[in-house]
Amino acid sequence: MPPILWLIPGLPLFGFVALYLSAGRMPHRAAAAIGVGSIGLATLLAFAFAHWFLGASLPGDVYLETAWRWITIGGFDPAVAFRLDPLSLVMMLVVTFVGFLIHLYSAEFMAKDEGYGRFFAYMNLFVAAMLTLVLADNLLVLYAGWEGVGLASYLLIGFWYRDPANGAAARKAFILTRIGDTAFIIGLFLLFHELGTLDIATLMARAHETWATGSAVANAAAALLLAGALGKSAQLPLQTWLPDAMAGPTPVSALLHAATMVTAGVYLIARTHELFELAPAVEFTVAVIGAATLLLAACSALNQHDIKRILAYSTMSQIGYMFLALGVGAWTAAIFHFMTHAFFKALLFLAAGAVMMRLNDEHDIFRMGGLWRRMPVAFVSFLIGASSLAALPLVTAGFYSKDMILWGVWSSGPAGPGLWATGFVGAFITALYSFRAVFVMFFGDARRTPSGRYGWCIVAPLAVLSALALTGGFVNIPSALGNVNSFSDLLAPVLPARQEVTTASTTQALVMAATSLLVLLGVYLAYLTYIQRAQVLRRIATSSPARALAGFWFGGWGFDTLYEHIFVRPFLALARLNRNDIVDACYGGLVVASRTLNRALSRTVTGRVRAYAAWVAVGSLAALAIALFLQ
Amino acid sequence: MASVSPSQALLLAMILFALGLAGVLARRNLVFLLMSIEIMLNAAGLAFVVAGSRWHQPDGQILFILVLTLAASEVAVGLALILRIHQRNASLDADAAAKLKG
Repeated sequence: MPPILWLIPGLPLFGFVALYLSAGRMPHRAAAAIGVGSIGLATLLAFAFAHWFLGASLPGDVYLETAWRWITIGGFDPAVAFRLDPLSLVMMLVVTFVGFLIHLYSAEFMAKDEGYGRFFAYMNLFVAAMLTLVLADNLLVLYAGWEGVGLASYLLIGFWYRDPANGAAARKAFILTRIGDTAFIIGLFLLFHELGTLDIATLMARAHETWATGSAVANAAAALLLAGALGKSAQLPLQTWLPDAMAGPTPVSALLHAATMVTAGVYLIARTHELFELAPAVEFTVAVIGAATLLLAACSALNQHDIKRILAYSTMSQIGYMFLALGVGAWTAAIFHFMTHAFFKALLFLAAGAVMMRLNDEHDIFRMGGLWRRMPVAFVSFLIGASSLAALPLVTAGFYSKDMILWGVWSSGPAGPGLWATGFVGAFITALYSFRAVFVMFFGDARRTPSGRYGWCIVAPLAVLSALALTGGFVNIPSALGNVNSFSDLLAPVLPARQEVTTASTTQALVMAATSLLVLLGVYLAYLTYIQRAQVLRRIATSSPARALAGFWFGGWGFDTLYEHIFVRPFLALARLNRNDIVDACYGGLVVASRTLNRALSRTVTGRVRAYAAWVAVGSLAALAIALFLQ
Repeated sequence: MASVSPSQALLLAMILFALGLAGVLARRNLVFLLMSIEIMLNAAGLAFVVAGSRWHQPDGQILFILVLTLAASEVAVGLALILRIHQRNASLDADAAAKLKG
């Protein structure tokens, strides 16, 4: 291959520049051609690289491409370099391909929006930044992509900027992720200070040589990187921005929550997993945070009315699964779930968007109902997406990836079964809330009449993603069901399996069967509640403790209120206190004093020569007197 | 000729200086003001001469000559100013020239 790997993030960046410089004066057709075309070309190029990479068998399975040297200061000389290895290959393919489908969908979905060109400009910027992030060879370039993603997410969440609420949501996302970013860059400083490089491969090798497992520095560095990942991936305690980020257009949510932004944290931890292995305490924290977030978010998803908020909480929950996997060292499982999640979550968002688009932008699932006959395309897509999210056994991609995670967690050591139990319960709630959405939206009495119809730009991405959400999991099938390991084998050079699974395969099959049963039970419970409307369940749901709990979960476990009281209010109070700048008052005092003196002295300027002479005489006398008396 | 003691001479210089100062402070007429300044200058000059004779040094008398030239030039400038002020204000009142203040 010619050295044109840089074109993969470069093409969307060119698209961004072209669209942005046109300042919205470009006709819609041209804007769509550039916006979708740049990603499309990048996708083709990515597939060409993948084809070449898989056939080339390079030494160490790494292809490096240095664009230029960024700066050289003493021993610090980071290069703008791109690295293609199995991990970044998977990420790159998913980001470009799913990103392309979302762009294609947006070409029709956003057709009536006046900010059409601006929309594609920001979307291209987003994809360019994300590709820089996943292809970066050193942490500095990765950080540049990381910040680019933050900026683009801010621009996209606040895309409809005329509504102040959207601007507030955008700021919230930006500020909360920034807290993580700050920890991340401090982590980079620490790593460079201790190990003298930011190049990822060298860094990991040196970390192994220099630091003992569990040493304080290794723990600190891993914890700082983790904080960065928590912010971007919306995990506890920096998760509150994500539900509000739904303020942007639906394709934005699909892009942010499926293939890009929120998985950046997962990628970062997988990329630097050797560092996390040196810090077992931090690694365990990753697992615990993942487990907590997945349960918390799943419960919140169970109570939302807004379809986009259901999906937002489910994203948090699924990323929680990925963190759980990362925390127990099942790196491959996390990346596998990232891939299938990208497929089915993009599908769910796009299908939800397709429903809302024809219902005059209706978000509330309880005002939909009975839509399955009226919009079969959206129904089938959403059903497939929800099945994959719920991990319906055997037929969906989500089943294989979630099973891989749960098995990895189970067999990870003494804490395994405990963590596994949370994932197990989470799987049940996931099935419940995803089919709650399906049943409420598409079955029951029809409440609204849809208008319009879909063009191929909407149908094609839905179809492709549906196929992937069903079949994407067949690249890795557990031994009990046929033992296909192409995905783990592909990633093995970068993410080796940490522990050899010694437990008998019957246990694995039993664990899998238990999860499958539980998922089916969840679906059945949703069916009973929302289709059969069973009296018992209804009575439980309307009892006052259940209502209180539901209200608590609806608000995302009160985190917003908590942060409002702990951080926002004290900060505002401080700001109000210091409104006139207390430090500045010292300098203000100087000004007042010199003005007063000036006014007093200028009163002596009378123009009377004799008075001056008198003052001179008095002054000389005084000076003489002082000189005499002080002698 | 009976010699004058330095302290007596200095006393004379002081009296002359005080008279000049009183004149500067009390008189409003610019010409008298100028004359009073001359008296103060001469008082200072006298003090120099006395000091010179006390230490038998010529410096005091040299300085007196310097003061004298200074006084002459000062008078020249002062009189020119007084003429201008008189032409402008049609009076020699020093307080009437107070509009010169900044």
